Amino acid sequence: MTAGVPAGSPARAGRSLPWTVRLERRLEVPRWLPFATTLGAVAVALLLSGLVLWVAGGDPIAIFGHILRSSFGSLGVLSDTLVKATPLILTGLACALAFRMRLWNIGAEGQFLMGAWGASAIVLFPVVPDGTPAIVTIPLMMAAGMAAGALYGAIPGVLRAVRGVNEIIVTLMLNYVAALWIAFWVFGPWSEGGFQLSRAFPPEAWLPRLSDAADVVPALSGLTVHLGLAFGLVAAVLVHFLLFRSRRGYEIRLIGDSPRAARYAGVNVARTTVIVFAMSGALAGLAGMSEVAGVVHRLQQAISPGYGFTAIIVAYIAKLHPYGVVVAAIAFGALILAGREIQPSGIPAMIQGIILFSLIASEALLRYRIRVVRRVA
Amino acid sequence: MDPTIILAAGVSSGTVLLFAAVGEILAERAGVLNLGVEGMMLIGAVAAFGTAVATGNPWLGLVVGTLAGGLLALLHAVITISFQAEQVVSGLALTFLGTGLARVAGEDLSKAGAIALLPTATIPGLSAIPVLGPILFTGQSILVYVGFAVVPVTWWWIARTRPGLHLRAIGESPTAADTLGVAVYRLRYAYVVVGGLFAGLAGATITLAISPGWFGDLTTSGQGWIAVALVIFAQWSPIRAALGAYAFAAIRRMLLDIQGPEQLFGVRNPFYYDHTLTFFLEMLPYLLIIAVLVAVSGEAMRKRIGAPAALGVPYVRGERGQ
Repeated sequence: MTAGVPAGSPARAGRSLPWTVRLERRLEVPRWLPFATTLGAVAVALLLSGLVLWVAGGDPIAIFGHILRSSFGSLGVLSDTLVKATPLILTGLACALAFRMRLWNIGAEGQFLMGAWGASAIVLFPVVPDGTPAIVTIPLMMAAGMAAGALYGAIPGVLRAVRGVNEIIVTLMLNYVAALWIAFWVFGPWSEGGFQLSRAFPPEAWLPRLSDAADVVPALSGLTVHLGLAFGLVAAVLVHFLLFRSRRGYEIRLIGDSPRAARYAGVNVARTTVIVFAMSGALAGLAGMSEVAGVVHRLQQAISPGYGFTAIIVAYIAKLHPYGVVVAAIAFGALILAGREIQPSGIPAMIQGIILFSLIASEALLRYRIRVVRRVA
Repeated sequence: MDPTIILAAGVSSGTVLLFAAVGEILAERAGVLNLGVEGMMLIGAVAAFGTAVATGNPWLGLVVGTLAGGLLALLHAVITISFQAEQVVSGLALTFLGTGLARVAGEDLSKAGAIALLPTATIPGLSAIPVLGPILFTGQSILVYVGFAVVPVTWWWIARTRPGLHLRAIGESPTAADTLGVAVYRLRYAYVVVGGLFAGLAGATITLAISPGWFGDLTTSGQGWIAVALVIFAQWSPIRAALGAYAFAAIRRMLLDIQGPEQLFGVRNPFYYDHTLTFFLEMLPYLLIIAVLVAVSGEAMRKRIGAPAALGVPYVRGERGQ
């Protein structure tokens, strides 16, 4: 190394070129830039995914075309896409809320399962007898699902707040525990005739679907969108209000940006940690309730193709913004819907990973300005 | 329920966790959290198994699997060290990507038949030691012995050598290290990649030695995450990580063996008669990890030791930081 030239200075790179590339830290980020980089990152990710598919011997254009057609191609499949998007909206909001405080709740999957269990318990224990009108049954199931999710979410919250235990590991481990808990109930007490699923819920425990109104409006026949989508949209508005219009939300964002400043400002970080984790768990639990009551109509093991994990990407792609979560959830709902038919089965997960990577890489563009500077001799 | 068999099995399958945890310790000591261990292990596992199936040579598989883990880690290094992105999110992305890629690559491998495995060995002399001989030195895979060697070597490297001092410095106070002429960026790159090599090796250890075959995500079944938890339990020490890995694997094996006999300690074994109860047994390892973390967090608070000070914080030369 030449003496006197500090490592990493522009003078060392590309001796023969008359210009050099420099990264400069941005002082202000233009308003349009986050949107542009997100779109750009998704585009780059799809290109990269296509490249991987092509190398693996597939036809990327055919695969992407298939994904688009089988998720947005007709009113029927669009409805199916929205059905897949519904749990993603709710779990995505769960992640966005926790991540905003830099609480890494990777446990939306487990909280989703516990919510599904809590809602099922209303019908299967049973808490209310069959034939109880929907106006009673459905709100009870919602409350039970949210309560189960909230309690399950509060565990890592309390451990983090009281003992400083790493919430990533706790939430991940609890995902496995929740899956085994569901397995116990559907193999054991709630098993129907020895099969690994519960009996079907009575119709009073089903969330209304668009197709239920087909007698009145024939165009709605076959549309599977259920009331859970409304839960998701209302929840997005509520989370938006909470985060950006309430004192609690201000505290959450303050803790996320600077825990030390929050402490000086007198914010009770421990209490907020538990509350946010419980709210996050309640949202994921509602997603589980909406899935068993709106789609599956019974409790079984395979009720989630990893909604709680995809939710992490959904939250991130939305830049943790509640309305962005809705948009991103629909896009990923499409990917999950179309992904079921795509072989090999790992392609959707791979595309999700590549999208997340190019997103976080693109954030460097937000923080830095790339400039080509003429070298001074 | 033979204790010797359970402990020997613990040492054998604990070697997977050991490699993964030691790799993560090196990366985290350098200040870079890599939550992509599960993804890197899966990539290592599928690359190793695929190579062994294609060439019939498990040694080649071991090399390719290890390198595959390192390659994936390089991506994490670029994103978190050069682009200074959020390490938690990049690690999660790495797990998604690794899982997806491994499933794509392993599409046809689940039907592959038996392959030539890495050899096992019984160490003459040492295997005759009472109690320890049959557990540690009898019929274990060659990789188990590699694990025995890796632990003291990494401990010595971290605690007793000059490069190890630099490693600790860039994880505790990169600004000070940089001032003293330690190449912070280059070393962080190196240790993240080495961590990935270890994770790849851990994956290869599964498919080529401990439980051969390719079963999709179930090949690792969350062991990458358990390794991340072990690092916290081990307080970033390879020796504690190794003990934790062996103990955890032994407990997992014991829980499996409990389901076998009709009588347990002279009473009717409930897990034998009601199979749905075994789901609760299967929960125990995960609950155990949480319990241990709770206990260790308290201990860490008392002793005021814990994570490397700059863990998870990107280093930007010339900015105020650690």
